[in-house]
Amino acid sequence: MKYLCLVYLEEKVLNAFPSHERRAISDEAMSYCEKLKKAGQLLAASPLHPVETATTVRVREGKTSTTDGPFAETKEQLGGFLMIDVPDLNDAIRIAAQFPAARFGSVEVRPMKELGCAD
Amino acid sequence: MNDDTSTRARVKIDEVFRSESRQVLATLIRLLGVFDTAEEALQEAFAVALEQWPREGIPANPRAWLVSTGRFKAIDGMRRRARYDASLNELATHIESTTSDPLEQTDEPIEDDRLRLIFTCCHPALSQDAQLPMTLREVCNLTTEEIARAFLSKPTTIAQRIVRAKAKIRDARIPYEVPPPSELPERIEAVLRVVYLVFNEGYSASFGTSLTRADLSGEAIRQGRVLLQLLPEPEVMGLLALMLLHESRRQSRTSANGDLVLLEQQDRSLWNHDLVKEGITLVERALASKRIGPYTLQAAIAAVHAEAPSAGETDWAQIVALYDLLLQTEPSPIIELNRAVAIAMRDGPAKGLELVDALLERGELAQYHLAHATRADFCRRLGRKADARASYERALALAKQEPERRFLEKRLEELLD
Repeated sequence: MKYLCLVYLEEKVLNAFPSHERRAISDEAMSYCEKLKKAGQLLAASPLHPVETATTVRVREGKTSTTDGPFAETKEQLGGFLMIDVPDLNDAIRIAAQFPAARFGSVEVRPMKELGCAD
Repeated sequence: MNDDTSTRARVKIDEVFRSESRQVLATLIRLLGVFDTAEEALQEAFAVALEQWPREGIPANPRAWLVSTGRFKAIDGMRRRARYDASLNELATHIESTTSDPLEQTDEPIEDDRLRLIFTCCHPALSQDAQLPMTLREVCNLTTEEIARAFLSKPTTIAQRIVRAKAKIRDARIPYEVPPPSELPERIEAVLRVVYLVFNEGYSASFGTSLTRADLSGEAIRQGRVLLQLLPEPEVMGLLALMLLHESRRQSRTSANGDLVLLEQQDRSLWNHDLVKEGITLVERALASKRIGPYTLQAAIAAVHAEAPSAGETDWAQIVALYDLLLQTEPSPIIELNRAVAIAMRDGPAKGLELVDALLERGELAQYHLAHATRADFCRRLGRKADARASYERALALAKQEPERRFLEKRLEELLD
């Protein structure tokens, strides 16, 4: 079963860490992902640039409109993701709980639909 | 075959349905992987039993027979529907090859499936709103109507919560398992909470016939015992002790015509002393661990009552001390109310009234009938009849359980004399 783990955090909170701690968190996340990949549980993962770099795209009546910023203003922002493949939700929760950002942000675990969006 | 045999078979099937259907369901969910499929299979298995048992006699192991028949029926049904959905054939073959027919198995993991079921119904990924209704429906076999009555809510609302929870179990693939030992401590809390709520549904007369209610409490106690085997932690002991000590008073807490009898007026010779003894032993073990939680403290309070030869000889000072500890671990206005009652017993109703008035003024308990009933009782004992009447009337307006209402009405009548 594939799950998308969406990592949400307050960019303010992350930026408040001293730089050596931010580096330690980043190193921990990288090596954790490396470990998951070796175990065959990680399909893809990446941190994201901050929300200021986001562009939202909509097409209405054939016209494309692009706006600056994320779709919705929220306290926590999407900071990165992990796409994993594990037997069940308990395994997914275990993996999410060990991701460093879970300690100061949150991880939303969403099962992925295997047969397209109509199903 | 005469009518007598077939009547007997029918009675037996009813009996088996009552005692075995949840166990059969629990095992079918493990074998078939989906709640709804398992429920259908359970119904089909009983339909076959209704037809076959009167003719061919009752099988030696009815539970294994039902699981086997349900499993076969489910696989058969998938094969038939595979004409329209090819993936069902694959699923049927998968189930057939990865699970075995229970009639060919020698050792049945009897309790494992029931535990799987309750841990799944209480999975933290399901909303708390859904956990208790799911457990009452799937583990205790209450209908959605009965659950709705207990929650003072609409059957459609309860049904919706259960449907949503089942869909999440299926779509997010919540596994059907007892968590590994390393995760048990954090997972057991939700299970203990729900088991205690199930017990209370069976113990406080909020719905159903008295038989059904005793069944529920009995089921909760049974689950408590199984959980204790799984995790011999102090709070698991505490919860089981608490349930046993309450259960020991079942006979004495209602009169012959179903009226509520207060603890101080209960005939203590009616208490089940085996349950009292077992409960007290468990409380002592839990207290000795020095890791004392709220279930253990509540059980310890129940144990002090159980140890008193008469209401007048109750050690109220110790009960007040236990409530003080309980308030530290779990601050709650309801515990404060109970503490006020204990203080009134120790220091007199005037002291109790002072505490209850302060509590009511804070507002959290303004809609709680027992807070007003307690205030009424203190006023009555102080001879303040008008105040007592007003508070009983307030309590009566808020009370929803029949025996409690009758009790309050009786007290009101007594005050009018």
